[in-house]
Amino acid sequence: MSTEPYIILSALLFTIGCVGVLVRRNAIVVFMCVELMLNASNLALVTFAKANGNLDGQIAAFFVMVVAAAEVVVGLAIIMTIFRTRRSASVDDASLLKY
Amino acid sequence: MTAFWILAPIMVLAALGILFVRKAVHAALLLAVVMISLAVLYAVLDAPFLFAVQIIVYTGAILMLFLFVLMLVGVDASDSVVETIRGQRVLATVFGLLLGLTLVIGISQISFGTVIGLDDANEGGNVPALANLLFSKYVFAFETTSALLITAAIGAMVLAHRERLEPKESQADAAARRMREYAETGRHPGPLPAPGVFARHNAVDTPALLPDGTVAQDSISRVLAARGTVRSAPALADDIEEIKRQLGQAPEKAPEVSGKSGAAASTEEQNTASTTDGEEEE
Repeated sequence: MSTEPYIILSALLFTIGCVGVLVRRNAIVVFMCVELMLNASNLALVTFAKANGNLDGQIAAFFVMVVAAAEVVVGLAIIMTIFRTRRSASVDDASLLKY
Repeated sequence: MTAFWILAPIMVLAALGILFVRKAVHAALLLAVVMISLAVLYAVLDAPFLFAVQIIVYTGAILMLFLFVLMLVGVDASDSVVETIRGQRVLATVFGLLLGLTLVIGISQISFGTVIGLDDANEGGNVPALANLLFSKYVFAFETTSALLITAAIGAMVLAHRERLEPKESQADAAARRMREYAETGRHPGPLPAPGVFARHNAVDTPALLPDGTVAQDSISRVLAARGTVRSAPALADDIEEIKRQLGQAPEKAPEVSGKSGAAASTEEQNTASTTDGEEEE
């Protein structure tokens, strides 16, 4: 088994998530793309754990999952609050700080 | 590696789909595909605990949360196609391709050495080994996680909570308000009329008819009216002709009915006549 395909897959998923954050307008979809990037990094961590023969990588992936869960809860609550006041979930509409 | 070569194209295609689908719900479902495939890859990579956590936490909890918020925000809150910054899409794609290219070239130029494998580390089982690490080397990070989780929970509650700015309207207040509205605008103080109940349609999207045959607008929900899914009451009579035709009856043969009993009797006669006609033909 070689680790290279796994790392390349992880890089591809990370890139797709990155482009998604830049391209999509809907705040919830942007959030999903952030999750995709976190998952891609998790795949790299788990792969390296196997390559190096110790479990530190898996522990790191576990912590990333915990942080992602907390982040999703707070992020979605913020999106809900913005949607409630502005009736829109588009990231372009919340631009009051610009003016 | 078989699992990898099957799952990797699926994952990349699903991830690309997130970029291109219009509806957020479809994006969430594609993300579920990616996450479940990732869970299988974790199982292949000797991480059974992360396999379970990935399915329970990501596809079970986080994606459900996404779908729940999508439901609250409205499924039709799709992306606008208008670019606010000119050339942003093209630039983002170009930079994305550059990033991907750099990463792939960089990864393919370094050698990772031989894979040691987790057979030694997973000697007494993956979960006990992880627990050993978690409660010795990483115990401080683990305890900090608890602070993070409770902060997140409280933060979500504070953000989602809405303060009541005015006192709750009691039944007496509501009655007084209705009578005041009746005096000022002439709005009917009683309950709204029920939706129409006709012989073939008793659903809430069927409006009630006023005595002069017009539609009672208050009898249907405003949401249904805004969505445009209200059944048109006069159109309910249209398909009577079609049904008669299906029964083998010429529509012009329908007699002018004067009384209710006469109408019922005549339709019964015609029905029996039509059925016997049909049998003879067959």
